[in-house]
Amino acid sequence: MTHATATLDQMRPPAAAEPGLPIYNNKLGMWVFLASEVMFFTGLIGAYVILRFGAPGEWAKPNVVLNVPLTGVNTFILICSSVSMVKAFAAIAGGDRKGLSRWLLATILLGATFVSIQGVEYWKLVHEGFTPAGYTDGSRIAELVAQGKLVGATGGLYGSTFFTMTGFHGFHVTCGVISMIYVWLKSLRGGYTQQDYRGVEVIGLYWHFVDLVWIILFTIVYLI
Amino acid sequence: MATTAHKHPNYILIWAYLFGLTVLEVLFAFEMPISRNLKILVLLGLAVWKALLVALYFMHLKFESRHLRLMVLVPLPLAAIFILAVITEHIW
Repeated sequence: MTHATATLDQMRPPAAAEPGLPIYNNKLGMWVFLASEVMFFTGLIGAYVILRFGAPGEWAKPNVVLNVPLTGVNTFILICSSVSMVKAFAAIAGGDRKGLSRWLLATILLGATFVSIQGVEYWKLVHEGFTPAGYTDGSRIAELVAQGKLVGATGGLYGSTFFTMTGFHGFHVTCGVISMIYVWLKSLRGGYTQQDYRGVEVIGLYWHFVDLVWIILFTIVYLI
Repeated sequence: MATTAHKHPNYILIWAYLFGLTVLEVLFAFEMPISRNLKILVLLGLAVWKALLVALYFMHLKFESRHLRLMVLVPLPLAAIFILAVITEHIW
């Protein structure tokens, strides 16, 4: 009898498909992608924590090697770009197509400014002798090591973790700017309406996530 | 309809919060004569506060369905456990 019931259970058809989350596929896909991005950046931050706190001595106090005021301004620019992005979203949600294009353009310009300032920061740091491979001889950074303001024994760990974390973030911002240009061009052609503005919402989620990651990185890399 | 309908929050107010918290963070990192561990805790707390503001209001998580919020929240404890696990390397 038990054997017969088990056989019957196996013969039943599979359960009917159930409806998923009440959101459209593009948005669900972006959230799943962002969840994988959380783990990607967690891996980077985890490696940084191990290398920094496991290293002998303190790496550097804030503003000794890295330019905190400059990056503070850059952080402010990225926060402003998040506001312009969400204003673009609010504009098209209210049916304002011109407002959408204007705010998207502002976001592109602010994002490009962020990446440009990061480029200037990299150029300056490498010029001063702070590279992913360590400190170059005779440079300002080497002098700081000689004065005891930096622990030279950490070698390239400080540089490699700094450039890896901020570099990957900068790469994300660059990808965001390129994608945003596509969305902006589509908005100029009237590709988004009050009834359907999925592309704007999806690129917005990505953009805000990149801002969110920078908020964490700025604190961990520059202020602590 | 493309997205969940909700009233838009005051984005400029959120921007002002984010700006104020960033200034506070920078001042705190330089000016406060307190122990390093306490400083790290406060700075991380301020960063998490700012990140929450972005996620809740700019990414509209506050206005999304319970299912989506759960989907987003579930991986976060894993990330926290991972970071806490590697911090123990420093503590012990």
